[in-house]
Amino acid sequence: MSVTPTNTITYREAMREAIREALLADERVFLMGEDVGAYGGCFGVSKGLLEEFGPDRIRDTPLSESAFVGAGIGAAMGGMHPIVEVMTVNFCLLALDQIMNNAATITHMSGGQFAIPVVIRMTTGAGRQVAAQHSHSLEGWLAHIPGLKLLAPATLADARGMLGPALEDPNPVLIFEHGSLYNLEGELPVDGGAVEIEHAAIRRPGTDVTLVAYGGTLPTAMTAADELAAAGIDAEVIDLRVLRPLDDAAVIASVSRTHRAVIVDEAWRSGSLAAEVSARIMEQAFYELDAPVARVCSAEVPMPYPRHLEQAALPQPGTVVAEVHRMMGAVDDG
Amino acid sequence: MPSLGADMESGTLLKWYVKPGDAVKRGDIVALVDTSKAEIEVEIFEEGVIDELLIPEGARVPVGTVLATVRPNAAGTSPAVSATVKDEAAAPPPTPAPEPAVAPAPTGAAQPLRAAISEDHRLRVSPLARRAAEQLGVDLSEVSGSGPNGAITKADVERASSPAVAAPITRAAAPALAAPAAAPAVTPTARQAAMREAIGALMARSKREIPHYYLELQIDMSGALEWLHQANLARAVNDRLLPSVLLLSAVARAVVEMPEMNGFWIDGAFQPGAGVHLGVAISLRAGGLIAPALHDADQKSLGEIMAGVRDLVARARAGRLRSSEMSDPTITVTNLGERGVDLVHGVIYPPQVALVGFGAVRERPWAVDGMLGVRPVVTATLAADHRASDGHAGSRFLTLIERELKKPEEL
Repeated sequence: MSVTPTNTITYREAMREAIREALLADERVFLMGEDVGAYGGCFGVSKGLLEEFGPDRIRDTPLSESAFVGAGIGAAMGGMHPIVEVMTVNFCLLALDQIMNNAATITHMSGGQFAIPVVIRMTTGAGRQVAAQHSHSLEGWLAHIPGLKLLAPATLADARGMLGPALEDPNPVLIFEHGSLYNLEGELPVDGGAVEIEHAAIRRPGTDVTLVAYGGTLPTAMTAADELAAAGIDAEVIDLRVLRPLDDAAVIASVSRTHRAVIVDEAWRSGSLAAEVSARIMEQAFYELDAPVARVCSAEVPMPYPRHLEQAALPQPGTVVAEVHRMMGAVDDG
Repeated sequence: MPSLGADMESGTLLKWYVKPGDAVKRGDIVALVDTSKAEIEVEIFEEGVIDELLIPEGARVPVGTVLATVRPNAAGTSPAVSATVKDEAAAPPPTPAPEPAVAPAPTGAAQPLRAAISEDHRLRVSPLARRAAEQLGVDLSEVSGSGPNGAITKADVERASSPAVAAPITRAAAPALAAPAAAPAVTPTARQAAMREAIGALMARSKREIPHYYLELQIDMSGALEWLHQANLARAVNDRLLPSVLLLSAVARAVVEMPEMNGFWIDGAFQPGAGVHLGVAISLRAGGLIAPALHDADQKSLGEIMAGVRDLVARARAGRLRSSEMSDPTITVTNLGERGVDLVHGVIYPPQVALVGFGAVRERPWAVDGMLGVRPVVTATLAADHRASDGHAGSRFLTLIERELKKPEEL
C-alpha cells in the first residue's frame, strides 16, 4: 500500500482551502458576508482570500442578514453558486424568513423552474464563553424545514470536502461549523477533496452501545468512548454528518448491533435533533432495544457566561459515560 | 397505595370499606392494606364521594399506585375534576398505630399511569429481551433483571434459559444469615414471615450454641486492585471482574491450608468439609439473606467465580436455587462493603464453624516502610467457633487471606 502524502492542517484552514478550491474551480462561485473580506472573517476562515480573488468575489456586506442572505438566494436563482457566510447561527434568525420562505420553497413553488444552489455557512455552538445570545445550537430548528440540506462537518476531511458537493447540489445547503472545532489540527491528504454528503459515518466501531453525535459533540463522544473502553465497555460512535435528511439506516444498523443508544446533542433536549433521532430509533428499531434510548443534551437554561457554569451546562464526556453505565445496569454481586 | 414505612415497596389491598357513591370525609377508614409486616387501615384525606375503585381486593400494587378516585363535593360530578384528585389520593396518609415513621415514597407521575395500564406490577422487560424470551421459551416472571431500574435485559433472559435448573426450594427452608434485614414486601406475606422465622430460629441457635470469637485484620488492597484494573482492561464487558471476586477467591484458597475452618460441628465433634464450598451471602430484594454454595471455589478461576456468583445471585433472587447449594456450604463469606460499612462481625451459620466478613474498601492513611501513604484498605473479619479452633488458628487464617490478596495474579 502506498503512503499518501499528508499536510498538517487545522479545521479553519481546511474550510479556507475548500472555499479557495471552489472559487478556482467555478467562476460562478463567490463568497459574501459580514467582514469576510478586509477583516478575513470573524473566525478567520476567509483570511487572505480578498487579496487573492478581489472584491468582486469576496464581498463584504452590510449588517443585515436578511438582506445579504436574500441577495445570495437571488443570485443562486440567477445562475450563480454563492457561498453566504452568516457569522453565527444566532444571527441566522434574522434571515430565517429568507431561508425558510424563499430558499426552501422556491424550487417547489416555481414548479422546478428555479434551482437554489446556495450554500449558507454559519458557526454554531457554545464553549467559548460568548454567553447566552451567541452560543446557540439551532441545527434542530433548521432541520425541521423540508427543502433544505444540513451538513455538520466534525472532522478535517469533512471540513475540507463537504463544500464542493454542497455547491453542486441544486438545493440550498446549510453548513454548520462548530466554533470549538476551528483549531482542531491533524493530518489530511494533500489531495484531500470532495466527500459524499449523504451518509452518517462510524467514527469508532464498537459492540456494546451506540453513541450518536454530530459537530461539536463528536469529540465529546469519542472521549467518552475511550473512557468507556477503559472500563471494558466497547462503544460505537456514529457521526451524523448530514442533519437533514437524516441517515436513518446508519443509526438503525448500529443500534441493531449494539442494542443500546445514547444521543449526544449540544442543543436543548426539548424538540431537539436528539429527540428526532430517538423517535426514529423507537419507530424503526424498537424490538432491537435492550434499554430505553438515552440523551445527553445541554441544560435547558440560557447559556451561562462563567466558564465553570457553561461547562456544567454542556454535554461532557463524564456525563455520557455515567449515562452509559446507568443504561448497562449495575452489576450486583449481592 | 400509601407508603406505610420507609421499607415498603408495595402492598396488598385486602379489603375495601367503601364503594362507589359513598360519601367520605377526612379521617374515614376506606381500606385495609397488608404491608407484609402488618395489616394497616388506610385513612382518606379528601372529602367527597368515592368515584371509582381502581384496584380490586387481593391485588398487590407498588407504592404510589392510585387505588381509587374521589369526586370533591363542591365540584359536582365532572370526571375531569376527579382526575385531578388522583394524585392527591396517592399521597401517603400518616401511619395509624404500630408502624415506624412514615417516609413518603418518591413516586413520580408515571406511577398512576402504570396502575392504569395494569392492576398488577408490570414486569420491566426490554423489547429485545422480550423477543429473546419468546424465542428461547423463557418465562419472564422467573427472570431477575439486571438492567436499569431492575429491567430484564437480553443477557438476563439468556442466563435464565441455560439448562439444569433443578426444582426450586422454598426460601423459608433456605439457610439464612443474621442481618438487620429490612423486609420490604415483595413476596407473599406468609412466605415472608416464614423466612423471618427461619432466620430468627437459626441465628438464635447459633448465638445460643456457638461460642463465637472474633478477629479482624486490615488489608492493603492497592496491589490487588491495580492488578484487577489491568486484568479488566483485557476483558470483554460481560467478563469483567469485581473486587469481591478476588476476596472470595482469596478466602477459598486460604482455607485449603486451614481445614479446621472449613467444615461442620456435628454431635460434639468437628467434621472437615469435603471440598471448599463457599457460602456466598446474597441479600434478597424481598429482604432477608441467603447463602448458597459456590462449589469447589478453591479450584475455580476468577472468571469462573465471577460467573458462578452472577448465576447464584440471579437464581437466588428468582427463587431457583438447588437443594445442594443450600446444604453444602462449608464456610460462609459475607461482603457488606457495598452497603457502606467498614466491617462486619458475622453470626456463624450452623453447623459451619467460621464466617469471613469484608467491609468497604476505603482509602486510608497507611504506613509502609516508615512512610505514610494513602492506600485502599479493606477490613477482613473472622467469626469462628471456639469449639473447633482457637484464636491462634484464626489469626493465621486471616493472614493467609492477606497473603493471597498480595499475589492476585495467582488467584
